[in-house]
Amino acid sequence: MLATLNAPISENSLQVVYEYPESLSPVVTHYCPGCTHGIAHRLLAEALDELGLREKTILVAPVGCSVFAYQYFETDGCEAAHGRAPAMATGLKRVQPDKTVVTYQGDGDLVSIGAAEILHAAARGENITTIFINNAIYGMTGGQMAPTTLPGQKTTSSPFGRNTTMTGNPIRMSELLANMDGSAYIVRRSLHDVKNIRKAKKAIITALKVQMAGLGFSMVELLSSCPTNWSIQPEKALEWIEDNMVPYFPLGDYKVRDEVNGL
Amino acid sequence: MAKGTIVINQDRCKGCGLCPTVCPQNVIFMADDVLNAKGYHPATLVDPDEQCTGCAICAVICPDVCITVYRETPAKKHAPALA
Repeated sequence: MLATLNAPISENSLQVVYEYPESLSPVVTHYCPGCTHGIAHRLLAEALDELGLREKTILVAPVGCSVFAYQYFETDGCEAAHGRAPAMATGLKRVQPDKTVVTYQGDGDLVSIGAAEILHAAARGENITTIFINNAIYGMTGGQMAPTTLPGQKTTSSPFGRNTTMTGNPIRMSELLANMDGSAYIVRRSLHDVKNIRKAKKAIITALKVQMAGLGFSMVELLSSCPTNWSIQPEKALEWIEDNMVPYFPLGDYKVRDEVNGL
Repeated sequence: MAKGTIVINQDRCKGCGLCPTVCPQNVIFMADDVLNAKGYHPATLVDPDEQCTGCAICAVICPDVCITVYRETPAKKHAPALA
């Protein structure tokens, strides 16, 4: 009813240039206002729509803020134990090689407890696609320090800023996985402005095409915001990504096999 | 005459305020006097001069997929003006 506050539309003269993706469930997500998880969900849904993969996709949800991801996509889905999404995806893909298997993981899930699973999935060259949401913090549990937390960044478990002498340095996962012989397509993109969001969508489409062509492991790392746990406004959070995260996690293509360019 | 328009699903909107920051025509505002069912001030289109071009930039940044974008079809010569 509130939508009627907008100007009425004469459908005859106008064509729809943007509407709700078919692969996204018509429910309201539980994400906080301004959380870029919503953008990442939409990009993945649009990519599935454009490639016509909706009915043959299995989404493996992680533990973390995106724990309910299987409810938000009109695809098959299942929930993995914390960090074990690549292991579950490995099994699914090997049993049903005609399906598209996508894991959607955050940085606490993928870089911390699930580091071994993702490394070995990439090393084995499992033919799966991973969407990796890097927001430099543990979102679901209340903003604790993650393996990707920047040096000096304040979190609830590092209230004076991350001390790299005591807690080590952030892990750059894309660079790490690019060194694995089994990986085919490893890129890092950001969701901090419209231009980069469009680039991210192209990368997700390419990653899914890599899986369809059976070239090996593909991953798209997306730098994301967490306005609630960073304790800043959504708009400022996007600026924070650009000012602080992008210099530490440089955007770019870390591994693109020659065959990928032909897709 | 407007070249396009948007419809904001204000019941889905969480009032994050990202779409007004990216709108090149500055026709999206947060409705400070309206609350939706979830208790947020939703984004709203205020476009009396019909400046919206239907560029869809707001839809690209929207984290909650609230925005449907319409653009005029050049092919239809007898298209009526926006109501």
